[in-house]
Amino acid sequence: MEYIDRLPAMDLMRSEKMMLVQLIIPVESAHRAVSYLGELGLLQFRDLNDDKSPFQRTFVNQVKRCAEMSRKLRFIKEQIHKAGLTPSPSPAPQPDIDLEELEIQLEEHEHGLIEMNANSEKLQQTYNELLEFKMVLQKAGDFLLSTGSHVATQETELAENIHVNDDYAETSSLLEQVGSNFQEMLPGPSNQTGVRFISGIICKSKVLRFERMLFRTTRGNMLFNQAPTDDQILDPATNELVEKIVFVVFFSGEQARVKILKICEAFGANCYPVAEDTIRRRQITREVLSHLSDLETTLEAGLRHRDKALISIGFHLAKWMNMVRREKAVYDTLNMLNFDVTKKCLVGEGWCPIFAKTKIQEALQRATTDSNSQVGVIFHVMHSVESPPTYFKTNHLTNAYQEIVDAYGVAKYQEANPAVYTIITFPFLFAVMFGDWGHGICLLLGALFLIAREKKLGSQKLGSFMEMLFGGRYVLLLMSLFSIYCGLIYNEFFSVPFHIFGNSAYRCRDTTCSDSRSVGLVKYQDTYPFGVDPSWRGSRSELPFLNSLKMKMSILFGIAQMNLGIILSYFNARYFGNSLDIKYQFVPQMIFLNSLFGYLSLLIIIKWCSGSQADLYHVMIYMFLSPFEDLGENKLFWGQNVLQVILLLLAVIAVPWMLFPKPFILKRLHTERFQGRSYTALGTSDIYDDEEPDSAREPHLEEFNFSEVFVHQMIHSIEFVLGAVSNTASYLRLWALSLAHSELSTVFYEKVLLLAWGYDNLVIRLVGLAVFSFATAFILLMMETLSAFLHALRLHWVEFQNKFYSGDGYKFRPFSFAALNEDED
Amino acid sequence: MYGFEALTFNIHGGYLEAIVRGYRSGLLTAADYNNLCQCETLDDIKMHLSATEYGPYLQNEPSPLHTTTIVEKCTLKLVDEYKHMLAQATEPLSTFLEYITYGHMIDNVVLIVTGTLHERDVQELLEKCHPLGMFDSIATLAVAQNMRELYRLVLVDTPLAPYFSECITSEDLDDMNIEIMRNTLYKAYLEDFYRFCQKLGGATAEIMSDLLAFEADRRAVNITINSIGTELTRDDRRKLYSNFGLLYPYGHEELAVCEDIDQVRAAMEKYPPYQSIFSKLSYGESQMLDKAFYEEEVKRLCLAFEQQFHYGVFFAYMRLREQEIRNLMWISECVAQNQKSRVHDSVVFIF
Repeated sequence: MEYIDRLPAMDLMRSEKMMLVQLIIPVESAHRAVSYLGELGLLQFRDLNDDKSPFQRTFVNQVKRCAEMSRKLRFIKEQIHKAGLTPSPSPAPQPDIDLEELEIQLEEHEHGLIEMNANSEKLQQTYNELLEFKMVLQKAGDFLLSTGSHVATQETELAENIHVNDDYAETSSLLEQVGSNFQEMLPGPSNQTGVRFISGIICKSKVLRFERMLFRTTRGNMLFNQAPTDDQILDPATNELVEKIVFVVFFSGEQARVKILKICEAFGANCYPVAEDTIRRRQITREVLSHLSDLETTLEAGLRHRDKALISIGFHLAKWMNMVRREKAVYDTLNMLNFDVTKKCLVGEGWCPIFAKTKIQEALQRATTDSNSQVGVIFHVMHSVESPPTYFKTNHLTNAYQEIVDAYGVAKYQEANPAVYTIITFPFLFAVMFGDWGHGICLLLGALFLIAREKKLGSQKLGSFMEMLFGGRYVLLLMSLFSIYCGLIYNEFFSVPFHIFGNSAYRCRDTTCSDSRSVGLVKYQDTYPFGVDPSWRGSRSELPFLNSLKMKMSILFGIAQMNLGIILSYFNARYFGNSLDIKYQFVPQMIFLNSLFGYLSLLIIIKWCSGSQADLYHVMIYMFLSPFEDLGENKLFWGQNVLQVILLLLAVIAVPWMLFPKPFILKRLHTERFQGRSYTALGTSDIYDDEEPDSAREPHLEEFNFSEVFVHQMIHSIEFVLGAVSNTASYLRLWALSLAHSELSTVFYEKVLLLAWGYDNLVIRLVGLAVFSFATAFILLMMETLSAFLHALRLHWVEFQNKFYSGDGYKFRPFSFAALNEDED
Repeated sequence: MYGFEALTFNIHGGYLEAIVRGYRSGLLTAADYNNLCQCETLDDIKMHLSATEYGPYLQNEPSPLHTTTIVEKCTLKLVDEYKHMLAQATEPLSTFLEYITYGHMIDNVVLIVTGTLHERDVQELLEKCHPLGMFDSIATLAVAQNMRELYRLVLVDTPLAPYFSECITSEDLDDMNIEIMRNTLYKAYLEDFYRFCQKLGGATAEIMSDLLAFEADRRAVNITINSIGTELTRDDRRKLYSNFGLLYPYGHEELAVCEDIDQVRAAMEKYPPYQSIFSKLSYGESQMLDKAFYEEEVKRLCLAFEQQFHYGVFFAYMRLREQEIRNLMWISECVAQNQKSRVHDSVVFIF
């Protein structure tokens, strides 16, 4: 026992030792201290203002300001994105600016951008309207030409059509200019009786309903002409590309005109006046065209100007965003601190790993000197009752495995960490199910590719699937290595056996080898040195042999892993000083599991070594049914009968041993502790409670409820006893999946590739090859990998971890700027 | 097939029911309202809301905030959710969801017609319309001069067309006419919706008939109270009541002849569910009646979520969200106008 204690500590086995610390920070250096701690990233602050809503906290205004700034930054980013530019950090380093300056600058930039946008929008709108006008002029002109010159004589009242749309006239002075020119050109009294027309342009999607509505309102007394525009144009109102249709409505009567104009307005149809006279129309068209080209240059200039401004902002954007994010995080953290009574200091509590103590103190010292504070930050360790957070220091390789374990549940503080063993057992169990060194090499290439490009891939954003693969690249690496190893043992390369380690130990009875499938082969030399003899492939007894091998192997692995789990529970109990758990849980559990299934493993090994023909099913079943009966031909070793009876007795005793003593002893301990104490102790903690109601120092007194404890113990015991059977059976999935994998790849190899190769036709061969490679890639390499992965995951989460792992801790989440950046992206 | 919808409901409705229940869990709770009521400025409200599901909708609003912006953005969220559900829905759920919006459609029609009557700008009116009740040709409503034209030109294309059969007259539109039109339309709409739900059968019919009956009864009481002292005759008043609900038919007879609020009260107190509402009010008071009705409605809407496999949850969710937006509007108004003492006057807690 002493020996165990003297073993060097494993880093990953127990989570880092943590301590609860209290910081008393003078107000003037608080901001700096917290931001230095954020850079260090080793302290997790506790929220001392849990009861306050966000806007009642001290630094709410600063948080709001940061939120406002990040809103502006988002706006600018969006603008940059819209303009099709990519913000790049500037080549030259920029001077640091503080938050107030940044706020002012952002305000200016936003203001400038909004102004520029408004200007260009106005111009754009005018431009679009003129464009529409041009279209209408072209298209409607055609109608007017074709619909006859006979109406033209009467229609001099076109001037009326000019004030089509009040707000449009307001927004576009240019258009108005055109319009007024136009008005001058069109003198003449309005004719109340004649046929008049309104021309305009409308979205294609609305044109049907528009026409119907016009028809209804005028009771059919109108003529509707339409023509689609040549290409899509920007709608002046929404600035989107839409297909539009130019229309001309002929009608008569003043009332109809009012109604039609209203309908046009309601449908968002823009009406433009078109001159009857061809010469005038041409003149107007010319004018419009010249205005259009003017506008185009203006717009372009505006755009250039804006792009330039955006690029110059883009230089700083990433830095500013980062800065604002950091500031916001700092204020959010400051909001978690409490003011002390004098209002001159902020009091904070937090968890940090013990090794980080000096670093934190240094950072705090730096903060004090940098902010010229008279008083240093007071840093002291507090006693805590609450369980500290769990923090494992992981590296690239171990991180993925720790994630696998954490996905099930974060380890309790200082609990034995299954990830230590998972690093090897997980890929190994995977490989037992995925044993094929051909497939293994494919996986290895993939994993190596990911690892080789680690730097590049790590910095960029990946899709969710790639992200997962990349995150698990080291898992993939070990999985593929083990899979090559297991594949060599199974002697399968895309299901084909190879004579790598010498010649087969078997050969045919005669030279023709015609009866190898029916009668079998004879052994003529020493056993094949490594793995499965290639001659088994295709022989009569291939399946029975492999099944027997893999099934027994699975049970051995299972029992070994479950024993490891129970042993870890011993180390846990020992570490936490819980002798009760050792005596009344660990010992009977070990006895129970090993007297039944440990014995089975022993039998398996003896059978392998001795080459006996004993039927192990029979032995195991009759061990329970009639323990005293003679084993007959199934006897493997001397004294087996006696041993079986003893083991059975031990197993039977182990069950009540697990179940009863522990709850009763707990009860006795509890009553002893409180004997003669009818009142609870008057603690001094009340005083602390007033000061820090949320402090982790608060002790909670537990009520002891015997029935609850007993039921809990009963559930545990039953679960273990039943679990011993079902978990062992569960490990048989190793065999099942491995069988499925090898059979599936055999099918693809023989029924697809070999079949296609049988034809002497290049096309068929190529098709066969293609089908084979697709099946290998998608079904075997992806689906099967996934399924074997999930089964290995289950074996670890359920069969292994339920023996010792409680997993009810919580992760250590230090306040860190580095983690902040990861979150936001 | 009452009782068997549990077997088949999830084939088409399961996904959306899950969605709507998820949406419901995003409704503000009493704790949220308590926090909101303590806000000092609209920025505080924005800050608090940014921690709720409204966050993404409000986060890009520049800082001097207005009540209308808050309400607009919150409504936008509701509309987005509604559109999502409608896009996912199959028959008959999609029809059911469309029915929910008809009420807003009627309100919008009335809003536009009244607005045009008072010569308001159509664009301005359109902005005030509830986005759930928009239809394509809504702006054209301004063209119509009387009911007949209104129907013939615009509404014949909308789902509201069948409801118009009662109120096609050639009379020119005026305030009174429009109000009667609104109530006639509403009556026809509620009856139609009621029939539709009965046709669906099962738990939907059961729960929706309860909710719609409450709605119909509430409208009946409101019509009565609002028409006291106007030139509306008793028969006309009687005609505006929907032909179902707890009050139909005897309660309607009594309500039709009421001349003051106390008579309404006397008529209503014969019905146990409404007795509890009226017992909260003092005599001669009708100000708090709205709130009392809203509270009762919210209670009933929440109960709709207690049962599974029916469409009532969609109706209930939309109504609850609308109530929540009303609450937010009231709180924001109170905060904006420094009337914080009155915050609790009109806020109906949902949970």
